[in-house]
Amino acid sequence: MVRSGTLILNAAARLLLPLQLLFSLFLLLRGHDEPGGGFIAGLVAAGAFALYLFARGRRALSEMLKVSPRDLVGMGLLLGVAATLPAWWVGEPFFTAQWWTIPVIDFKASTPLIFDIGVYLVVVGSVLTAITALVKTDQEDDER
Amino acid sequence: MQLAVLGGFVVAGMAPLLHHWFGARTPLVMALLPASLAAWLLGQWPAVAAGEVLLLEWAWVPGLDITLTFLIDGLAWLFAMLITVIGALVLVYSGEYLRGHRDLPRFLVVITAFMMSMLGLVLADNLVTLFVFWELTSITSYLLIGFNHTDLAARKAALQGLFVTVGGGLALLAGFAMLAVAGDSWSLAELTGRGELLREHALYTPLLVCVLLGAFTKSAQFPFHFWLPNAMAAPTPVSAYLHSATMVKAGVYLLARLHPALGGTDGWVITLSLVGALTMATGAFLAIQHTNVKKLLAYSTVMALGALTMLLGIGTEGALVAFVAFLLAHSLYKGALFMVAGILDHEAGTKDVTAMGGLRRVMPRTAAVAGVAALSLAGLPPLLGFVGKELMFASVLEASAWRPLILLLAFTAAFLTLAVAAIVALRPFFGAPRETPRVPHEAPHGMLAGPALLALLSLTFGLAPGLLDPLVRATVAGIGTGAGAEVHLALWHGVNLPLLLSLASLLLGLLAYRHWDRLRAWLARLEPLMARGPEAGYEALMAGLVTVAEWQTRMLQNGHIRNYLVVTLLVLVGLVGHALFFRHTFTLDFVLAVYFHEAVVAGLMIAGAVAACVMRSRLAAVAALGVMGFSIALTFVLFSAPDLAITQLLVETLTVILLVLVLFRLPRFATLSTPTERLRDLAVANLTGGLITLLMLAVLSGERLPRISDYMVANSQPLGHGHNIVNVILVDFRALDTLGEMFVLALAAIGVYAMLRFHAEAYDARHQAPSRERDDG
Repeated sequence: MVRSGTLILNAAARLLLPLQLLFSLFLLLRGHDEPGGGFIAGLVAAGAFALYLFARGRRALSEMLKVSPRDLVGMGLLLGVAATLPAWWVGEPFFTAQWWTIPVIDFKASTPLIFDIGVYLVVVGSVLTAITALVKTDQEDDER
Repeated sequence: MQLAVLGGFVVAGMAPLLHHWFGARTPLVMALLPASLAAWLLGQWPAVAAGEVLLLEWAWVPGLDITLTFLIDGLAWLFAMLITVIGALVLVYSGEYLRGHRDLPRFLVVITAFMMSMLGLVLADNLVTLFVFWELTSITSYLLIGFNHTDLAARKAALQGLFVTVGGGLALLAGFAMLAVAGDSWSLAELTGRGELLREHALYTPLLVCVLLGAFTKSAQFPFHFWLPNAMAAPTPVSAYLHSATMVKAGVYLLARLHPALGGTDGWVITLSLVGALTMATGAFLAIQHTNVKKLLAYSTVMALGALTMLLGIGTEGALVAFVAFLLAHSLYKGALFMVAGILDHEAGTKDVTAMGGLRRVMPRTAAVAGVAALSLAGLPPLLGFVGKELMFASVLEASAWRPLILLLAFTAAFLTLAVAAIVALRPFFGAPRETPRVPHEAPHGMLAGPALLALLSLTFGLAPGLLDPLVRATVAGIGTGAGAEVHLALWHGVNLPLLLSLASLLLGLLAYRHWDRLRAWLARLEPLMARGPEAGYEALMAGLVTVAEWQTRMLQNGHIRNYLVVTLLVLVGLVGHALFFRHTFTLDFVLAVYFHEAVVAGLMIAGAVAACVMRSRLAAVAALGVMGFSIALTFVLFSAPDLAITQLLVETLTVILLVLVLFRLPRFATLSTPTERLRDLAVANLTGGLITLLMLAVLSGERLPRISDYMVANSQPLGHGHNIVNVILVDFRALDTLGEMFVLALAAIGVYAMLRFHAEAYDARHQAPSRERDDG
């Protein structure tokens, strides 16, 4: 039932996707101080990809994404676990947050940020896994 | 050291990469890991020998009293040394045994991970850490036993080993929890010093039962001995490792470690010495019936584990010395013998001792190694096994409880083991040459090096047992309750009762060997009786488990969401209601001050909820639910929770997307439930809603508990470096919870994927649809 679609939707998806993704990154990075964060940003990004999927079909989405959404989930979990490790090197207990300032651009990098990116990827991956799986079976039903 | 062990897991993960670089030499390269660990341990020897207890502290989760602290005393040192040295030899050996095997990288990954788990287990000071490593050994050994996963028997054996040991692990966890409560510490170093307190404690008996269950299942004590011989489905290097230095020794290690804390009571002494003696006799008795060389050895391991448990049960100073000597002797000869068994299998192509003969002419070196190791197994001079056996007999003679029975069982086990040793060492190598599936030839150096070294050590320590005195003294100091006594091992103790017992067992054993074939035929008649052993009990239990699972799935997981909801909500009502009305006194005192716009939002919510219930079209019901969702988001905005509002809005949006996708797949929107059921549902809904409302009001007006949010607000900026409290809580203060939720989310996604995919496959299968390309996009 999902037809890769109408002209307007098609054009809108193409124009909106980069904006939406940019917005989701913005939400992700500012999350520590302002409303936002990995979970919300992940939902925004997932919504953006869903729009693209509706407009242009599943194959176009998977070609653009290059990686399977399930791999995104795996990468997210890996980042989440990786964020627990740096505390070891300074001899602090498991999961203690570490902060580093990158000098030139004055950017505060931290394990919570890495962790938040992990959350982001898990959310995007999970939602997309569910949606693409549903679309896929739908298309199979259609072909019957 | 902690870094080395944890880094070992990383090295394990890198095995495929290493294999890419080094090819067939990878096992040798990876053997450097345990070898260097052994070297490090050797460097600690002077301190350990001086009786020091090294505590390498490392806080892990201080809030939960979980540390990664390692404790190295004589006992831990001995086990760690066995694990690393035999581990390195096994790796070298497996490089030859599995040369060119397609799955060699996978094997290396799992066996290295197993090695590190085992090392962590014997070094851990914290009960929780020990338990985690304990379970890791169960899981990795499951993967090792089931290495040949295309073989049904291997899969079954692996699962059996897993069920038995993990089932015991569950009991152990409960035991550890009680131990920590009773001893008021999670640290083994502290608990071992609180024996008096623990033995007097009311929880002593239940905790002892739980801990013993864990240790007995792991160490294959009667009646849990059956999983170990079945685990022979593993490749031979694995058997050699599992049996000689690791896995099954974990239970024995735990018993030894807890001996100062829990030992010495009647319950401990009688249980351990009787179960141990019974296991000894059972193992030896079952061994003699088999012709498969690996099974013979496996059952003799059961016998040895029984002996070790029995010695810990007897618990006198002499018994503890015997424990250490026997443990070391067993590790050395059993490792060597299993590797020899692997050589026979590899070079001659059979594991059946009755199918081999005269091999000493073609494989003289293997025969020599087998002979030396078997002499130690038999407990004959001048091998270390003899020292161990003499000490064992001497200890049994000082047993305080049930001495005649224990002595009888131990003696039976000893002479049957001697027969087993004779079978293993003489049958394949002497007598007339026989046709074997492969043309036998001498083993390559890589395979012979390991067993030869172990056999040589058996011989050296047998000839000069005095070399072991410091080690035994240091170890016994860790297990024993008293001060380190004077320990002196010797080969020759003069003519005494243990020596006479040894002589008698030698004669009887040789007799049993001579008439082995007749004995076996005679024992085969007991087959029907054997079929009703503990293993049948295990089978029945598993079948019963499946039946119960099926029943409860039909009952509870019946696929109707409304039933799940009713059960969940009623449980919630019951628990919250109980806590609210019986645990707390609550007063409702609040001022109803509502602004107009707030009332409007609340009205919208109510209208949406009612409408969703009574709508006759699905689309309208969905829209009504949407109204409710957006009103909730609005509430969050009104009460200044922008993060929650955004999340709620996004979730509503995604819900719409998901609904659009499934809407056309849903059945007709019909009224499925009867009026009575609807009334019931209404009652449940009102009950839940009403109770939660009451709870909210009570929280707002009743006891003024300190507010958690105050802490978060005050510390979010100084500690978390962030102004958005919600985010700081999610990714910093409560990050562990978030991590758990990430895994839940990931599992849910995988569940959805699997369900839809397998549903589609089942559909295809039903409709015989032509197969279509399936990409995983």
